[in-house]
Amino acid sequence: MHWQLDLFILTLVIFCALAAISVKDLLSTAILFGAYSFMMCLLWAGMGAVDVAFTEASVGAGVSTVFFVAAVFRTTRRTKD
Amino acid sequence: MKFFGFLIVSLCGGLLLYASSEFPDWGDPDSPASRHLSPHYIEESLAETGVPNLVTSVLADYRSFDTMFETAVIFCAGLACLLLLRKYKPETDRYYRHIPTGVILHFKNSRKSLPVGSEFELMDADWVPYDLVIKTVCRILIPFIQLYALYVVAHGDFSPGGGFQGGVIFGSSLILLAISYNLRTAVQRIKERVLGFLCVLGVLIYAGLGVLCMFLGGEFLDYSRLAAILPADPVHVRALGMLGVEIGVGIAVMAVMAAIYVNIASAGRHDEGL
Amino acid sequence: MVDLLTHIVAKYNYWLYIILMMIGLYAMIVKNNLVKKLVGMNIFQTSIILFFVSIGYKKGATIPIIENAHGNGHGGKQLLIRAADYINPLPHVLMLTAIVVSVATFGVALALAVKIYQRYQTLEEDEIRMRLTRK
Repeated sequence: MHWQLDLFILTLVIFCALAAISVKDLLSTAILFGAYSFMMCLLWAGMGAVDVAFTEASVGAGVSTVFFVAAVFRTTRRTKD
Repeated sequence: MKFFGFLIVSLCGGLLLYASSEFPDWGDPDSPASRHLSPHYIEESLAETGVPNLVTSVLADYRSFDTMFETAVIFCAGLACLLLLRKYKPETDRYYRHIPTGVILHFKNSRKSLPVGSEFELMDADWVPYDLVIKTVCRILIPFIQLYALYVVAHGDFSPGGGFQGGVIFGSSLILLAISYNLRTAVQRIKERVLGFLCVLGVLIYAGLGVLCMFLGGEFLDYSRLAAILPADPVHVRALGMLGVEIGVGIAVMAVMAAIYVNIASAGRHDEGL
Repeated sequence: MVDLLTHIVAKYNYWLYIILMMIGLYAMIVKNNLVKKLVGMNIFQTSIILFFVSIGYKKGATIPIIENAHGNGHGGKQLLIRAADYINPLPHVLMLTAIVVSVATFGVALALAVKIYQRYQTLEEDEIRMRLTRK
């Protein structure tokens, strides 16, 4: 894996993580967290961990975002921080 | 609190950054992690198990005891969700929609119910009109997603994939059904009892295969003993044993994912939801 | 100077993983909303998984699926497999199950959050504590 690509995706991952914990709306958090998971999946695919990347793409970016959205639907979008 | 948290985090981070100078270089082929056990897995696994995908062979054969209990953990998570959220008392406020005219009837605090069929249908309190495009596209897409999930499970020996991924993809196809139609349709298609049964069945297939190996004279999960009942040589039979446990894992994961979604989206009532 | 540069190139990945891990820890300690804390927990978890996967990475190696394996697995002539050609599969196996277990625990945690919301009508930690002391 080229180190430039690696560094770029890692920076993107860190920005997604910061945005996911600082945005003031839980639905946005859910979507940003999905984006975070997908970036992570790209990173693992780049490292050659294809099985782990596949799992993360289906589990982290897919199902866990759906769970998150369902929980937000059942609770509230409001958050103070 | 913010300052306190920042202090702890910077202390921990500083310690870890200090320790990182002792780590092996990134991508070093001679790092301790790839010196002891993993050369054996890489070099011998194809001859011993006949499975080209090393991750599958280590997951389902060399470390299959570990994987069995991971499956049990997932099963327990599904059970915990059910026990936390499930409410068996039916809702007393019910909404019915008269299908030909679109008139909506609201039953408040009554035990009366209308026969649900071609004339009336139950609907959610926050109902949105059906979207023909979404329904049609999802109806066409879902069988292909399920077929792909089966392919991922069956082809886990030769390509990336396996029971966990296939199970999750199959479960997400059920979730897609629940999202594109409504939760009631999905629960009618695959009933709660069936989901619970499948959760248990998956773990039982895995553990049962292990016990079967014990009955055939080997150790727990020693698949090569299955050669006594399957028409294949001991190396190939290990691949078949792996396929068996992957199917068990896939069934358990599929059922647990669908059960967790249904419980969270309907807050345990299994009638209306996202 | 060159020495320092090679040191940075060899280690910057680990530093970024540690930063990511600390973001997760910070969210778990400081954030007031329970779901935000859960997101922090998940970020922490994924960063550790990232660290483990990166330990298995080898420069110049390919993915851990044996090439040209058909017909050579049993019987036939033996394929020469060198450990340096394939990425270490052991961390992948450990982390693959960890990811699936993490989504299951995430589901349980969200179920708890839904239950808490049904009881206290809020997900904020301080408001929950206020309602607990009032009773």
